Amino acid sequence: MIPVAKEVGSLRAIASGGIVSPTGNAELSPDKEKQFRRELILRALDTLQQTV
Amino acid sequence: MNRKVRVVHYLNQFFAQIGGEDKADVGPQVKAGLIGPGRALQQALGENGEIVATIFCGDNYFAEHQEQAIDQLIQQMTEYKPDLLVAGPAFESGRYGIACGAICRATQERLNIVAVAGMDEDNVGASLYRKHIYIIDSGASIAKMVPTLQKMAALGVKLVRRDAIGKPESEGYLARGIKHNEFAAKPPAERAVDMLLNKLRGEQFNSEIAAPKFASAKPAAPLGDLSSAVIALVTDGGLVLEGNPDNIEPGRPTRFTTIPISGVESLDADKYDAVHSGYDTAIANRDPNRLVPLDTMRDLEREGVIGKLHEFVHSTGGAHAAVDNATNIGQAIAARLKAAGVTGVILTST
Repeated sequence: MIPVAKEVGSLRAIASGGIVSPTGNAELSPDKEKQFRRELILRALDTLQQTV
Repeated sequence: MNRKVRVVHYLNQFFAQIGGEDKADVGPQVKAGLIGPGRALQQALGENGEIVATIFCGDNYFAEHQEQAIDQLIQQMTEYKPDLLVAGPAFESGRYGIACGAICRATQERLNIVAVAGMDEDNVGASLYRKHIYIIDSGASIAKMVPTLQKMAALGVKLVRRDAIGKPESEGYLARGIKHNEFAAKPPAERAVDMLLNKLRGEQFNSEIAAPKFASAKPAAPLGDLSSAVIALVTDGGLVLEGNPDNIEPGRPTRFTTIPISGVESLDADKYDAVHSGYDTAIANRDPNRLVPLDTMRDLEREGVIGKLHEFVHSTGGAHAAVDNATNIGQAIAARLKAAGVTGVILTST
């Protein structure tokens, strides 16, 4: 979906955990999944601070 | 109708030969007969029609007093008992294009006569009015005045006489988004193979479906200091309060839901649901933080990484969204967030 987002000018787009769980990964243990989510969100916040 | 079509022509102050920008504030006026480009329009009409009057108005006056200008122009043209209003062409001129579109639309609705405008496809008046009226694509260059007026005259006479109107590409008007059923000589599979063969041979081929044109959004300036930022969470993955109280659609959305999260630390599976026809919602339903990362955002808020989390989550079910509806939903959510002082958004998409 990232090319679609960029096509319409939504340039601050990052790959998520997938279509069915953008901010999670059901295959990880609860602790690991929480860590995954935290890293993803920190990356999203970092992207908000970038010039595009 | 076999008698001559009675045509009123709308022009701005420049084409009505009143003056340039210095005269852009002149009010609505009418003159019997034709002015300026009306000569070429009359030639194009030939025996089929006659320009009985020209109405005109300064572009600034029209822009600043649109309702008044329309009322007066319609009153003035009524005396000439027109069958057809022809407006412009306005080419690239935005104010003139909007005036042409607005007077055509109002005339159609109030006088119940047909109207044709002319302007460039990129004129803002075209995007505002192309669904409501026929607009001949003039291109941007005034050099196309005569051929544009010829197409406007031909289409206008057809409309008055209730003749069949051809497709946009044959009549020269901007597609209005109206679909007609028609019988094709060959079934779709054969047409598709023909198209492919033409493409492979490097020959001309025309898609039967126009690719949608998406307006491109201008990115916002980057966020400065995160620790004072107000971040909002938005999703197109269909998060709802249990029971979907705002009754948002799981697909083909026309609306969104606003979920209060003040004092909520994490999205519990028994209080929130995902409603969406475009993906398997089971995994997100077992832990909705997988769709909208509220638990993590609360951690980051507590730690001071971000200033504050906005107190509402906005959500829609973005499956098979029509571009117009999606645009409306996006603009409405953005307007609310902006008014609430939100400085950054994390939108999770499925």
